Amino acid sequence: MFNVLWLQSGGCGGCSISLLNAESPDVMTRFKSAGVNLLWHPSLSEASADEFVQLLETILSGEIHLDALCLEGSVMRGPNGTGRFHMLAGTGKSMMSWLQALSEKADYTLAMGSCAAFGGVTAAGNNPTDACGLQYEGKQAGGLLGEEWRSPANFPVINVAGCPTHPDWVTNVLMQLALGDFHLQDLDELNRPRAYTDHLVHHGCARNEYYEYKASAETLGDIGCMMEHKGCLGTQARADCNIRPWNGSGSCLTGGYPCINCTAPEFEQPKLSFTETPKIAGIPVGLPSDMPKAWFVALASLSKAATPKRLKENATATHIISPPGKHKERS
Amino acid sequence: MTRKIIGPFNRVEGDLEVEVEISEGKVTKAWVNSPLYRGFEQIMQGKEPLDALVYTPRICGICSVAQSLACAKALANAQGIKAAENGQLASNIILACENLADHLSHFYLFFMPDFARDEYQYKPWYEEVALRFRAQIGTATNTMLKARAEFIHITGILAGKWPHTLSIQPGGTTTTVSSAEKATLLSILMGFRQFLETELFAAQLEAVSELNSEDELKAWAQEHRQSDFAQFLHIADDLQLSTLGAISAHFMSFGAYRFEDEFLFPQGIWENNRGLSQLNTQLIQEDISHSWMLAQNETAHPFQGTTQPDPEQSKGYSWCKAPRYDDQVMEVGALARQTMAQHSLILDLVNTQQSNVMNRIVARMLELARIVPEMENWCKQIKPNEPFSHQEPMPKEAEGYGLVEAARGSLGHWLRIENGRLKNYQIIAPTTWNFSPRDKNDRAGALEQALLNTAVGEGGNNSVAIQHIVRSFDPCMVCTVH
Repeated sequence: MFNVLWLQSGGCGGCSISLLNAESPDVMTRFKSAGVNLLWHPSLSEASADEFVQLLETILSGEIHLDALCLEGSVMRGPNGTGRFHMLAGTGKSMMSWLQALSEKADYTLAMGSCAAFGGVTAAGNNPTDACGLQYEGKQAGGLLGEEWRSPANFPVINVAGCPTHPDWVTNVLMQLALGDFHLQDLDELNRPRAYTDHLVHHGCARNEYYEYKASAETLGDIGCMMEHKGCLGTQARADCNIRPWNGSGSCLTGGYPCINCTAPEFEQPKLSFTETPKIAGIPVGLPSDMPKAWFVALASLSKAATPKRLKENATATHIISPPGKHKERS
Repeated sequence: MTRKIIGPFNRVEGDLEVEVEISEGKVTKAWVNSPLYRGFEQIMQGKEPLDALVYTPRICGICSVAQSLACAKALANAQGIKAAENGQLASNIILACENLADHLSHFYLFFMPDFARDEYQYKPWYEEVALRFRAQIGTATNTMLKARAEFIHITGILAGKWPHTLSIQPGGTTTTVSSAEKATLLSILMGFRQFLETELFAAQLEAVSELNSEDELKAWAQEHRQSDFAQFLHIADDLQLSTLGAISAHFMSFGAYRFEDEFLFPQGIWENNRGLSQLNTQLIQEDISHSWMLAQNETAHPFQGTTQPDPEQSKGYSWCKAPRYDDQVMEVGALARQTMAQHSLILDLVNTQQSNVMNRIVARMLELARIVPEMENWCKQIKPNEPFSHQEPMPKEAEGYGLVEAARGSLGHWLRIENGRLKNYQIIAPTTWNFSPRDKNDRAGALEQALLNTAVGEGGNNSVAIQHIVRSFDPCMVCTVH
């Protein structure tokens, strides 16, 4: 059995709720298939109050071996480094101090969601609670455990970033670990599982043809590409959201709103606004990450000149008004 | 007399601690503490008004659409606009999907597993209940998770994803619905209806909605013993859950599922002995006398409210503020909504036994039965060729508020825009009402009252009765403090 303890701190619980959306098969069946044993999860376990506190004690004493510690939500360091913004109920101790102790016992420590990984939305604005991630504070390595920290299995914190996480990202990594099938080379430069961060949100986006011709949406709900005006970061964002559907068939892009790059550190503080593209001299700042700017500008002006009428018309409409192919008018 | 701290409570959303004073086997006093503070109201100061639509859903992973919609309505109110009709219908369907998925999760994952605890192993119903509802391994878990996930496909179509959509905007929704998608939505709803009609009720939804009195409910439970709801009613009868966690009814609803000027379930205030009265949001105040909060005034209407955490407040014992309506403690949630809607079964239950563990659960189950058919109607009313949204500029100076009914009850957002930026943003969530600390008059919050006189037996602070009462409110602690 691969024992997993799942704790929540400065977050919304949305990564757990998203986990329950796992289907074909459901989350419990998935875990069963790889011998993942949920020692305790806030939404799913029977044990409450004293029974739960006892469980933590038996993990710390070594009576129960902990394979994976999962944290959902940011680490709450404030006020003044005391961690009082989140005292773990029934224990009189800050969650921050519990996390420090438990992370020494678990073979692997996982940050479930962007809050636990980097600080996330809880660290937005002036970060009133001094929230941070387990091993990152925004883009800066460090966080609660420090840049050099390694788990007993010699792993850094595995950052399953996303706001929220896709249920598959979570179940896959836990099952791979349980099967002994997850290695250091499976992590990207921010210690996120490459299984989903080797992709861009742009991959498989249904608006790709509009992107190719820079046929752009002007208001939210338009079906054109949202990169030029509406703040879409899909060409930079590392995730497989348009390859692996959400809730059956969806993604932010199919929902009619831009990718906000929620798997990245500091996504919570956009340069301008989440739904507006910052530009210099009319050219969007933050072009596709590995494309030379001059080429992008040259190609964009070429493709714009070549935009088919059909795409131009559809880009600023809320549904397709000009279908491909020749259609005879029917009376 | 002993004083004990109980926590954490799992199978609630977020972290919760309850302190109880026990004397002669009964709870004599209770203090409810929300031990997590994140500071969304501080985070949003100075932000672009429309960016609030990205932040506010992330207050809560389980009621994220309710937060979205309250925010969108507050912004629309500031703009002086209303959403396009199609957008209103689509938003109501998305919200209903979240609310019903939450009712379902509450029943199957959060509430029922407590009856599968070893404490009840000598009960004649235990074996069957444990097989069905035991946490993680009960046979209902997989069945329910599958039905829930398929039902939430509605959000894949209408909202992109759930939780945390950005599709709900002040002018309507960013998604449109074609007639082909209408067909898909109706088929998803039929799938969910079939789950409810075979597993939860073993009866037609309409037959459940038409139950008129407690006697009819009891007779129905006898006839539908194989259903999960009847199983609960049987346990409720045996354990007398109608006397557990009982408080006098002081209910509030902001009105649920508004289309144009009509609510499906109306807004209002319902008080024991006084009956129904109109809601006046001017009478809402938040009190910080027992919160770890600092403010010039001990009480304030949310438009004037501020949020400044201060853990050194000597009377403070929670990060939660204490909202009051006309100085009164209010209970919010499905039971309040269905009372306001004057549903005859609920009125019968409330008039005879007020608010209690059983009634809170019955009202949620009733909403599952009543709302799915409404969702079917709303789908059919969508006009694919008409607009789903309209765009209006955001004023540089404005004030607005937005009210919705989340699964757990009344949720309100109050915001002020100055120089084109958010100057102030105040949120009062359902569990802020239900799990509030004491106020300046030392009046305890709804849960604090509901726990009084609970017989804890040999279990003491580990009494499962306390667990039933706490969970009967379906608390959402991440919303509570935000």
